[in-house]
Parts: sequence; structure tokens; C-alpha cells
Amino acid sequence: MRVALFVTCVNDTLFPGTGRAVVTLLRRLGCEVDFPAAQTCCGQMHVNTGYREEGVRLARRFTEVFAGYDAVVTPSGSCAAMVREQYPRLVRPGSRGAVAVAEVAPRVYDLSEFLLDVLQVDDVGAYFPHRVTYHPTCHSLRGIRVGDRPARLLRKVRGLDLVPLGAADECCGFGGTFSVKNPAISAAMCADKVRNVLDTGAEVLCAADNSCLMHIGGTLRRQRSGVRIMHLAEILAATEER
Amino acid sequence: MSGTFLGMPGGFPANAAEAVQDSQLRYNLRKATHTIRDKRLRAVAELPDWQELRAAGAAVKDHTLRHLDRYLEQMEAAVVRNGGHVHWARDAAEANRIVTGLVKATGESEVVKVKSMATQEIGLNEHLAGEGITAYETDLAELIVQLGDDFPSHFLVPAIHRNRSEIREIFLRKMAEWGRPAPENLTDEPAALAEAARLHLRERFLRSKVAVSGANFMIAETGTCVVLESEGNGRMCLTLPQTLISVVGIEKLLPAWRDLEIFLQLLPRSSTAERMNPYTSTWTGSAEGQDFHLVLLDNGRTDVLADAVGRQALRCIRCSACLNVCPVYERAGGHAYGSVYPGPIGAILTPLLRGMTTEIDASLPYASSLCGACFDACPVAIDIPEVLVDLRAKAPHARTERAAMKAAGWVLDSPVRLARAQRLATRFRGLAPKKLPGPLSAWTDTRDLPEIPEESFREWWERDGRA
Repeated sequence: MRVALFVTCVNDTLFPGTGRAVVTLLRRLGCEVDFPAAQTCCGQMHVNTGYREEGVRLARRFTEVFAGYDAVVTPSGSCAAMVREQYPRLVRPGSRGAVAVAEVAPRVYDLSEFLLDVLQVDDVGAYFPHRVTYHPTCHSLRGIRVGDRPARLLRKVRGLDLVPLGAADECCGFGGTFSVKNPAISAAMCADKVRNVLDTGAEVLCAADNSCLMHIGGTLRRQRSGVRIMHLAEILAATEER
Repeated sequence: MSGTFLGMPGGFPANAAEAVQDSQLRYNLRKATHTIRDKRLRAVAELPDWQELRAAGAAVKDHTLRHLDRYLEQMEAAVVRNGGHVHWARDAAEANRIVTGLVKATGESEVVKVKSMATQEIGLNEHLAGEGITAYETDLAELIVQLGDDFPSHFLVPAIHRNRSEIREIFLRKMAEWGRPAPENLTDEPAALAEAARLHLRERFLRSKVAVSGANFMIAETGTCVVLESEGNGRMCLTLPQTLISVVGIEKLLPAWRDLEIFLQLLPRSSTAERMNPYTSTWTGSAEGQDFHLVLLDNGRTDVLADAVGRQALRCIRCSACLNVCPVYERAGGHAYGSVYPGPIGAILTPLLRGMTTEIDASLPYASSLCGACFDACPVAIDIPEVLVDLRAKAPHARTERAAMKAAGWVLDSPVRLARAQRLATRFRGLAPKKLPGPLSAWTDTRDLPEIPEESFREWWERDGRA
């Protein structure tokens, strides 16, 4: 199976470890992974901030770069939701762009979807002996509706103690540019999320989106809370050897 | 939409930043929204066909909106056939003029009101006051708001921002100015507060000759108006006075009586989390012997209908489920939205109805983290995030922001430029400031920045990754 990694601009630039973890994990599971170097960004920040023209340009790039792969895997529920939910709204019905979107969008998977639905594995052979809580990010939960897939994967990780997060389905307050356009509300939302995280007593806060984790993690660090953030891919890639 | 509802001045971010510091408001809102949020989930879970009901509600509304011209004329004919009068109001000013004229024709100088969003939207009470007519709110929460010289902050629970000790204080201080005073030994027990309001309002009901209402639904087939409520005060207004004037938005229509089957399930479960609301009043023209006037209000609605993405907002049945699940509303409160329509639905409906020419209206589409909780809760499946994103594309953008977004778009549109920017960031990673400048300081005010890595993913891939 020809699998392309869409690493996302945020991971490429700020969280390369997450991209490396996806590559490690997928190779361990027998996939041939390609990283099309012409990829950049799905365009979500531009579209969701009201800059549709720039967003459409990036969406066009995405559909061109990822055409022809059996599957496109991305470690971001939010970027997967952008492609699958929002791309069809950006194109004129019946246009070439619409055809390209209809072609590529259904083959874009968030990591947990790809593992469970395409590869059909829930035990990826991971070992991570820590107490972990999981934040199901909004676009994973209500965008592409991954449901309990991440939890099913985490429960199979050897040594991992998964503790439930209170008010888990509430937004952390990131919301892309919302975090700087409405900083007071964003911070107030994050304060409640952080309180719920600390209440779990977890050492690690896990999510399937580094942008939300950057926001919650930035607050956790500012508070010197001692809780670290990790992307789902990094936990699933961890084994006893490394 | 009328400009009379100002709430707080300034854009949403400034209003919200002020409101979020009010710990009493935060406490009241959190308690109220979380209580009703959990109750709604239980009420909805009781119905195995909730998703089908939701789809049916959306489909009936969409059908009605598509053929609105036909159904409006059908409604008008049925009301007239039943002895009522129908008036068409293009905007708030025309609606206010019509209602004022009708009240003056009765020779009365006071009216009792059934809780109504449409009359708040057009600023009817304020307009009537200017014409020497006093409008008395009779919904308990609206009474609290009116006595407190305040603005409503929620559709269903307009005084959600007040707790019971604040309400007691308002009753003791203000009831006497408006009618029967509150008992001197009034406590903040809910039953005592309700009894004080009951005695105060009962005198009003028995005295008033004219009532003004809105309607939750209009049935085109029969010419019937429908009001759902909890207290029975609405029914007092709808039945006792000799003259009844109903101001209703044109989108409130349903084609046929049987369509109520869907909406009388959707609305109570979504708004008060009840299987059925205590009072459902229906009336058809002047069939009950009253003098009845129906004022059909456009006030921007036909413009919304012309908006291919935004028109779904006209399905709204004002249940307020989206407010109760919204993490932004919960922290900002209703007043920050500067409109009678707060919360997620307000963030789309207000700019759709009155445009985005003011600071507050242009900021409303951004008053959301796009978390999607509102869409899931909406009983008529309004995709609020979709409309928000569409409005953001039409909103005016600040020049500096536009420049920054253009620059970011230019970098991101080329892997070469992106790689170059990444290398630049990596090289100077030791110099990364703890505080960001300009608007980005909003990030570092409460959050640390992530560390810039030694190399980007694509650099790693080029060197080691392919192997």
C-alpha cells in the first residue's frame, strides 16, 4: 500500500518528533511511507480566519500533491477534518477542483482511523509505562468523529495507565487564531481544561493534535505544572527498545 | 435589526475580556448552563429517533423557507378569514410604527407583554416608551431584567446572569416603582420570589386591555399562532386583554398543523430539557372574540434568505441549546454579544440580519473556537461553524492582519520558502523571545511558546527519513 504522510505545517515546523513517530510506527506495521516534499499546509488557518483565497490556493496544492496515493495519513484530526469537511465547500460543484477533492478527500485519514479502519490493528506493539490522560480534540471528536479509536489504541499499550479526563469533550480554547483574537476567553477555557488535566494526576497529557497540545501545554508549562504533553503517535511509536 | 440593544460597547473580544473577570457572572453562568446542558442530554437520549426528528425539523423548515412567499400569503388569508388583521413590516421602524398606531387606536397607554425575541429585536418597549406607552414584561425572567433596568442575556433564561439574592434585591428596590411592591420580608427562596412576582403580575393582568406577543410558530394552513411557555403568564396575556398584537418574524412559519408534531418534541427537549412544556397556547385570528393583529416582520430576513450558506440560520427555533453548550458563551455571558441574540446562533444571526459594518457585528463571527458543540446540539441541524467560517470570509479584516496572513500564505504556498523560513527559525532558536510582540503577545500573556526544534521534519526526512 502506498501511504503518504501529510505531516502538517505545525508538526513539520514545531513538532518534528510527531512526524518521525508516525514514520516509525507505520514502518513497524509494514507500510511503505512516502513524504511528498511538495506538501506544505492544508489551508485551515487561512480559511477559518476568513482568508479564503489563500486557503483555496493551499487546498489546491494539497489535492495535487496527494493525488494518486492509496492513503494519506496525518497526525492531526483537525487537518483531516479540514480536507474532508471543508474542502468540498471551497470548490464549485462540477469543477475540476471538485473532482480532485472528491478523489483525494475520502482517502485522508487521521492516524487512529488509519490504524483501526485500514490496517485493522489495535495493538501496535507499543510500550509506555506511564499514567496518561487523553484529550479528544474538538475536530477529532465532532469533525471527523474518531469516537473512541484513540482510547482503544491507548488501552492496548503495555504499561500504560489510561486515566479518564473530566469534561473531556469540552474545547480547550485553542481554536486557531481564536487563541489570539479572543485571548481572554481562550485562556479561561484553557484554565478549566488544565484544572481537569491536573485532577487526573496524569504525568502525560495525550491528544491527536499538536496545535491544541501546544495551547494546553503552553499553559501547563507557564504554570510549571510538571505535566508533559505527547502526541498519540509518539506514545504508539514507543517500544521497550526505544 | 434595531440599534437600540447596545449591551456593552466595543467589539466582542473587549466585552468578553471584561465579562470573564466578573466572578459572580462566571459562577452564575457556569452553574446554570451546566445544569441545563446535562438535563438536555438526558431528555434527548430518551428519544431513539432524535437524529431523524432533527433531520425532519430541518427539512420542514427548509421547505417552508423555499416557498415562503406562498406560505406567507396562505397565512395572511387564513388569519383574515378568521377575523384577524395582518400587517406587513419591512423593518424595525415600520413594525414599531404599526404597533404604536394599533395601541394608540385602543386609547390605552399600557400593554402587557408575552416573552418575545422579535419585539426585543426591534426595540419595541423603548419605542413605545417614547410614545408614552408603558410595556410591562410578564415573563418572570423578563420582569427581573426590566425591573433591574438590564438587558436579557439568554433566550430562554434572560436573567441567567442573575442569582437569587440579586433578584431579591432587585424586587425589593424596584417593584414598587412599577406596581405592587414586594413584601418587606421577602427572602431569596425561589418560592418566595415567585410568589412576589405572581402578586405583582396578577394585578397587571387584570388591569391591562392590550397585549403584545410574539409566536414560536405560525401555521400557514390554518392561520394559527403558537406560543410555548412554562409559567402561564403568557396565556394570561394571550387570553385576558381585549386586543392582542403579535409581532412575528416571517421565518416562524410551518406549512401545516401536523408539522407541530416534530417541533413540539424538538423545542421543549432542547430548551428546557422537558418532554413537554407546561403551556402551549394556540389561537387563530379573532376566533376567541379578541381583536387580533398579526404583524409579519422581515427586518433583514429576506436578505438572509438570499445568502446560500447563511439561510440555514432562519431554521432557528430559539431553543438556546447552542448557548447552553457553548464554552465561549459560558465564559463571556450574553451581553458581550451586543445583541438580543447571543451565543453561537447570535454570532451568526446578528451579522446576517444587520451586516458587519460596526465593530461588534464584525467581531461576532470570530466569537467562536469552532469547537462544533453548537451544531451537535442544534435541534434543526444549523451548521453554525460552517456559517461562522463563511461570514469570516466576508468580514472586514484589519490591515496589519491582512498583511500578516498574506505573508504567511505566500510562505506556505511554496515548500522551498517554507523550508527556508524553518531553517531561519532553527538557526535563531536560541534568540526566541519569551514574549511575542504586537497582537501575538496575546499568546505569550498566558502561555509559554513551544521550543523551536533543532531541525524541521522535512530536514530530518531529507537526511535520515527516507531510509
